[in-house]
Order: sequence, then C-alpha cells, then structure tokens
Amino acid sequence: MKTPFYEDIILAGFGGQGIMFIGKLLIHGSMKEGKNVTWIPSYGPAMRGGTANCTVVISDEAIGSPVISSPHSLIVMNNPSLDAFEPRLKEGGVLVMNSSLITRKVKRKNITVIGVPANEIASEIGDKRAANMVMLGAYVAHTKTVSKEKILEGLTDLLGEKKRQLFEVNKKAFEKGMEFGKV
Amino acid sequence: MGKKTLMTGNEAIAEAAVQAGCRHFFGYPITPQSEIPEYLSKRFPEVGGCFLQAESEIASIYMVFGAAGAGARVMTSSSSPGISLMQEGISYISAAELPCVIVNVMRGGPGLGGIQPSQSDYFQATKGGGHGDYHVLVLAPSTVQEAADLMMEAFDLADKYRNPVMILGDGFLGQMIEPVEFKRRSSTDRPARDWTITGAKGRAQNVVKSLYLKPDVLEQHNLQLHRKYQKMIKNERRVETYLTEDAQVVIVAFGMAARIAKTAIKILREKDIKAGLVRPISLFPFPYQTLEKVAEKVDKLLVVEMNLGQMIEDVKLGVCGKAAVHFYGRVGGMVPSYDEIVAEVEKIVKKKR
Repeated sequence: MKTPFYEDIILAGFGGQGIMFIGKLLIHGSMKEGKNVTWIPSYGPAMRGGTANCTVVISDEAIGSPVISSPHSLIVMNNPSLDAFEPRLKEGGVLVMNSSLITRKVKRKNITVIGVPANEIASEIGDKRAANMVMLGAYVAHTKTVSKEKILEGLTDLLGEKKRQLFEVNKKAFEKGMEFGKV
Repeated sequence: MGKKTLMTGNEAIAEAAVQAGCRHFFGYPITPQSEIPEYLSKRFPEVGGCFLQAESEIASIYMVFGAAGAGARVMTSSSSPGISLMQEGISYISAAELPCVIVNVMRGGPGLGGIQPSQSDYFQATKGGGHGDYHVLVLAPSTVQEAADLMMEAFDLADKYRNPVMILGDGFLGQMIEPVEFKRRSSTDRPARDWTITGAKGRAQNVVKSLYLKPDVLEQHNLQLHRKYQKMIKNERRVETYLTEDAQVVIVAFGMAARIAKTAIKILREKDIKAGLVRPISLFPFPYQTLEKVAEKVDKLLVVEMNLGQMIEDVKLGVCGKAAVHFYGRVGGMVPSYDEIVAEVEKIVKKKR
C-alpha cells in the first residue's frame, strides 16, 4: 500500500512580503490535485512591517491538527522568522530561506537548507514584490508537494480578473525560483 | 453549488447562513469574527437581505429579538466580550421562545482578554449565560465544512424548538481556510409561525413577551421551557467517537482542541498506545450517555480544552466515577499542541489510576 501523502509547512516573513499569499496559493494548487488542505494564519495587528506567518497542511487523509509544532518544511523570508522557526523544524526537514535578507548562518546541521536570493531575482525580473513567488518556486521544485501546473492554475484563480496583468511576472518569478530548488 | 471552494471559517459560516435562507443580520464588529459581518454586508444586498451594523452588541441582540418576533430568519455573530454583552437579550429571547442563531467565535478572556483563540466560554454557552432557568442549543464545529453544515442546520433547529441556537467556534476556526462544499438543501421551507407579530388585522392579537408577574403562571412557563429542553436532550445529542473501540485511554475534546487531539492519537498509536477520542458536537444537549458507555470499558480519560477545565464537569457527570478523568488545558490564546497532548497521555497511561 502506498503511504498516504502528508506535508506541513510554516511560512514566515514580515507583513507585505506576500507570505500569506503563497500559503494560500499552495493550498489552492494542492486542492486541485484532490488533496485535503488547511491554512491557518497568525492573526492580529500585524500589517506591513510586522511579522506574519501561516501554517499549511496538505494531506491525502482527513487533516487533524491544523496547528503544527514541528513542521516538515519551512519557508522564511527574514531574520526574525529564521530565529523564531529554525529550532522548530523537524529533523531532516527542508528550510527554504531568503538569502537576500537573511544575514546570519543557519545553526541546525540536521536539515536541508536551500538559500534563495529571492529579492535580487525578483528585481531582475522586474518586480521586487514577486520575491515570495521565487521562494515558493524553490520550495515546490525541491519537495514536489504540488505540480507547477496546479500552482499556475491557482495563481490565475487568486489573481482574478483585477490583477490578471500580474500573472506573467509571478509565473516568471516562480519558474526562476524552481531552478534553485531542483534536486 | 456542489463544488469545493476554499474559504475561511468565518466566510463559510456567513455563506451558509445565506444559503439557509437567513436574510437579517444585526451585529457589531469584533476580532476574530469580523469577516462574518464583512461578508454579509457584501452578500446580503445581492439577495435582498438586511445587514445592519448596530451601535453595540446590546442593540444588536435586541434587533435580533425584534426581527425574530416578526418571524424573520435572523442571526448575529460576535466574539466572547460581545457575547457577554448580549446575555440579557439572549435570556429574553429564550423566555419569549423565539428562533435565532448566534455565532460566538471565542477569544481569550476574562474581560477584554485577547484576540487569540480560546474555548473559555463553555460554561457561559451551555449553562445559560444570562439570568433565569434557560438553555440555548449549542453546536461546536471542528472543521470549516462542519461549521457550514451546522450553521445551516442551526436555523432549522431554532425554528423547530423556537429557541436560540448558538454556534460555538474559536478564533482559529474563524480564521483558518479549508475546502468547503455547501450542500444543497432539499427545502428552505420553515414550519408554520402563527405566533409572529405582523399586524393583527383580521386575527387575534399575538403577544411576544417574557414578563409573567403571577408566580403560578411563570412556573407553568418555566415547566413548558423545561419540557422543551428535555426534548432537545432526547433528540439533538450529537457526538463523534473516533477509535474508541479498542482504546485504553480516551481523550474528550470539542472543536479545535478535538482536531489537535486526533493528530495526537495518531502519534500515540504509532507508539503502541491505543488512544481514542470522544468529540461532543452538541455541547447542550451534552452527550452524557456516550461517556457513560466509554467509561464502562476505559478507565482513563483525558479532557483537553482551551480553558482551565469547564467541559470536564460535564464529562465527570457522564462518567459518574467509573473512570479517572484527567485534564490538560492551555489558555489566554495559547493552543495545546499535539506533542503536549501526547506527553500528557503517556503520563496518564503510566499512572496506576
């Protein structure tokens, strides 16, 4: 019998980096693949500049706890997020971090670290706001949690008619990120 | 619809209300449930509903009272401190035997407390939070899907018993996103309502009130309410049991705490500790009988709540001394982790009793 698929991730950064958005995109794409999904935000008075994080669970089976003590994967976009969540990552887990903004070395030895200069790449592409998509691309390419096609379908849904013009740049950022995550 | 969409618990509750035929909302914003009024303020104009942000929670609940008295399918929503303000009105509505749905997306207390999730309003919700001898029917969903399903049913139950029904969730349930599918309703017909105040032209006057100055008359009214609660107890007990058949230890939890407990149970079973779960879905009426049965086979129970021990009193009433009842809780907006629950269960299993 095939082991049922299960993955949990904490995504963290500061408000405005689009952390919540890529978390939502991840569950949109995964739901399209028939998976059960949960997304739970840190909620409160955290707007632009404050810290923001969300927890995502993706599973073939019904999901119990949507709150995760030690996640299998971590996407962190800034120093405070690395400080807060590095100790909680599961042994052997995957840390995807934004090396454009994270200045310190990772302390843990028993994890896989993927450094992505997400801000630089996003700027090169022409929209520095797309750094979040670069990070997501690296994560998806490495873990294969969900297919690129479903992420892009999800992106179309989430951007909607109003922000349709942002699709191409986000897609490009995602694809660039994938290059960093390839195993 | 018949298609799964991703929604927050708050949005799903609001959409379920629309699909259940609710067309009147009165409320006042408060975190972590403000997305319910926000959603309805957009959605109600599309379906000809009445959305009104009142000047306070006290005003809101009396607007609910008025609309229910006129026969409308009506709701309000709030979070803990706001629900406290509504208690007087809930007592009046219960006394006047009017149907309505009240949503409490709980946050930490007492007082203003905080805005993070909590389950510390269990006593208030289940024991009659206002004055007088009354109960509201309380349903506690643990997933976004269940929140939508129970919300739809809540309106029918309110009509059936002419009584307020409360949906009791917590901040995480309100804020979290999950797939949800709105089940097609076979009918949105409501039972005949010959008691409504709609103008007495051509018929005898209807009176909606809660004042009965003659003690013998009030006693009869109290007894009639009591018979109604007995009917709820007989007909409306809802509970989920999960892996209790072979369990050596059973966790009892509701709502979010129950979901977290399910993950703990999976981990425990991998460690060869046979744990199970009893998840009360209706908190009033409480499924005492299920616990009584479980306690005949299992001698150790762990109640897990996001408070310092409220539902445990009902669990003990059900168990009636037949098993040891332990407790683990986190408060103030802190949420118990599955690791903590696993550690508690391991401790309990080692205990002699």
